[in-house]
Amino acid sequence: MGCMAHTGMNNRSGKSSISSVVFHKLPAAETLYMESTARIQKDSLNSFMEFQVWDFPGQIDIFNNPSYSFDLDAIFGEVGALIWVIDALDDYSDSLNRLNMTAMHLSRSYPHITIEVLVHKIDSLTDDYRSEILKDVELRTLDELSDMGYENMPISFHLTSIYDHSIFEAFSKVIQKLIPRLGQLEAMLTSLCRTCRFEKAYLFDVNTKIYIASDSTPEDTTSYVICSDYVDVIIDLTEVYGSWARSAEWRNRLEGEPFSQPLEEQVGCEWAESVMVLSDSQRPIMLREVDRFLALVAIMKEGSYDKMAQINMNVDVVVKGLTEFFEITRAGEKSRVGLQDMVVGPQN
Amino acid sequence: QLKKVKKQKVLLMGKSGSGKSSMRSIIFSNYVAKDTRRLGATIDIDLSHVKFLGNLTLNLWDCGGQEAFMENYLSQQRSHVFSNVGVLIYVFDIKSGEWERDLSTYVNIISALVQYSRDAQVFVLIHKMDLVARNHRETDFEAAVTAVKRKTAEACAIVRRLRLDTTTTDPSSSSSQTTLTSPHQQQQQQQPNSSSETTTTQELDIDVQYFATSIWDQSLYKAWASIIHDLVPNLPIIETQLASLGQAIDADEILLFERTSFLVVSKWTSQEGDNNPYGDRFERMSNILKAWKHTCSSFTGTPRNAEQFSDFEYRMGTSFSMFVTKFTTNTFILVCLPPGEARFNSAKLNVAAARPWFKYLDGPVVQPTGM
Ligand SMILES: Nc1nc2c(ncn2[C@@H]2O[C@H](COP(=O)(O)OP(=O)(O)OP(=O)(O)O)[C@@H](O)[C@H]2O)c(=O)[nH]1
Ligand SMILES: Nc1nc2c(ncn2[C@@H]2O[C@H](COP(=O)(O)OP(=O)(O)O)[C@@H](O)[C@H]2O)c(=O)[nH]1
Ligand SMILES: [Mg+2]
Repeated sequence: MGCMAHTGMNNRSGKSSISSVVFHKLPAAETLYMESTARIQKDSLNSFMEFQVWDFPGQIDIFNNPSYSFDLDAIFGEVGALIWVIDALDDYSDSLNRLNMTAMHLSRSYPHITIEVLVHKIDSLTDDYRSEILKDVELRTLDELSDMGYENMPISFHLTSIYDHSIFEAFSKVIQKLIPRLGQLEAMLTSLCRTCRFEKAYLFDVNTKIYIASDSTPEDTTSYVICSDYVDVIIDLTEVYGSWARSAEWRNRLEGEPFSQPLEEQVGCEWAESVMVLSDSQRPIMLREVDRFLALVAIMKEGSYDKMAQINMNVDVVVKGLTEFFEITRAGEKSRVGLQDMVVGPQN
Repeated sequence: QLKKVKKQKVLLMGKSGSGKSSMRSIIFSNYVAKDTRRLGATIDIDLSHVKFLGNLTLNLWDCGGQEAFMENYLSQQRSHVFSNVGVLIYVFDIKSGEWERDLSTYVNIISALVQYSRDAQVFVLIHKMDLVARNHRETDFEAAVTAVKRKTAEACAIVRRLRLDTTTTDPSSSSSQTTLTSPHQQQQQQQPNSSSETTTTQELDIDVQYFATSIWDQSLYKAWASIIHDLVPNLPIIETQLASLGQAIDADEILLFERTSFLVVSKWTSQEGDNNPYGDRFERMSNILKAWKHTCSSFTGTPRNAEQFSDFEYRMGTSFSMFVTKFTTNTFILVCLPPGEARFNSAKLNVAAARPWFKYLDGPVVQPTGM
């Protein structure tokens, strides 16, 4: 049964590119110079939870391979999601057949695994054409599975490209399914939005720009884009002005007259904290670091800039709650992302 | 004394497809790099007037680079194009397949420029550096610069000879194109002349500044900030006042940006700030804030050239604080400070209070007779 295999012909669907762009910040244009994956690659991620990413080359059929014998339980037993990449610019019939076989196999042996289909490389396509392809892939997959007697499989479809935010948004949705007690996180953010009159709040994994939770208002790509770009701006500013050591004299002078206090006591917050006001509507956007990996980013209502002091107090409370949440979660589990067409998941 | 409004004629030249209109659109019209793929070839000359800081107007002549146009600039439109030029920006495409030909066109352009606007400043941009593999960028750039330097000298020699040989002939009717074909001959002629005519020779040497650029990174902002730097009126006064402000608020760095282009107009750095290892941070800040402006414009749906954000504050624990805010009508200011809540708040107040010192950035000095 073919699962990890993609198709022999259509190898270059973009798996390695996706992995490099999302997890290693490679600029999208530079994936053009990457070499094709010829073997299984495993990668550990420095992120808010422990992740492993596996990249399986398309031509290897791991369910049915005479020369390799894979320990399927070792791979799939711990995996939470299989990400299947389809090249939208190529003939994907073969890939769909393999996808279906894989789905059936997983459904029998590893029913806890969700399947995430990325209809990829859509950057050059018009909106109409994008939705047409998405519909085609969805219909053909679901019809065939249903013909074979598989209904209600945990399978989702996403339109993606490494040249815009869509790949990060799709990954966000995939990762969110794997977060234990996600509802609790969302509830914290929803309640923050209510008390502080925020329009939208996201919790970002800073290194990947994946958002691991948001409040319960409907998804909105434009809000995600501005918040995720805000994270980028802050990372860039931090690199230029915050990544080099100041001299001892500098510190001594600052801790002397007129403040006569250690710097630690002169600052209001030990973590990164930022706010910016949009000119058109006077809506502020704020960012607050939660820990080394996570940042809270929120779009606020018009005119809230004057109430920042009070808002920061509320944010502090939520940040404390989030920190506790993740201390518990981290102690409890490790997560593992495989990527074969990519596999993602928490380990039990 | 404060100077009033200054107009500068700026020529943008280089062969077709080298990236002139792309750069202009990014710097002055807030395009992002990706948008430039939609630009068509410029037909003849695309003239635009860019108001910079209120007291400087850049008359940008974006000269379409197709061969027929170039020939026309050098012949029929010669005096029209090359007279009263303040700045020539000449763009070379590093990946051009016809390097020799590009260089000989350059010689023609420089000769015409020197002939009509001897005091013009020249900036040569070796462009599309992103297309060169990272480890070759430096050597390829150096090689290109060496070649262009040689050609610049050649162009000067031609004009010099024209001056000496034919003071009576109308220079525009003498065919400079044909004399170009034998560089060796010209170099030989250059030697005897240089000893007898030292003053003329020196007058004719032009000073060229070279930059490696790409629209895909901050290098573009470095080049353009240098280009506008020398044109900004009253710069010494601005610099002095920025330094006083910096000392007064105990800042580590202050950058002053022009509001539309976000080019750095002036900057001040404290002694401690000088230890910052990121030598490219000024153009990086322009690039980051410009990209951010673009994101905001997509979000708010307001035009790209509109003002997008006002107060931007960032406090990075015990490491540093900074804010970016609208300063005068035509400028934004970035202030980087040591950490500390009280220091931050008082700096914000003081910067607001200092606005009037910089008022004249926004327009010509008010004359009793009016504008
Ligand atoms: N890779 C790369 N492409 C660039 C760069 N700058 C411009 N381009 C591309 O080059 C093409 C031509 O750019 P233009 O700005 O129209 O060229 P031009 O010099 O104005 O050409 P004419 O108007 O015909 O003289 C566009 O597709 C740009 O996207 C760069 O730095 N790197
Ligand atoms: N246009 C476009 N090209 C992409 C995208 N993602 C990847 N590619 C290109 O597809 C090619 C193959 O990608 P690669 O990651 O090596 O495929 P793999 O064999 O599945 O790992 C590379 O040249 C990438 O630059 C995308 O979203 N859009
Ligand atoms: Mg053009």
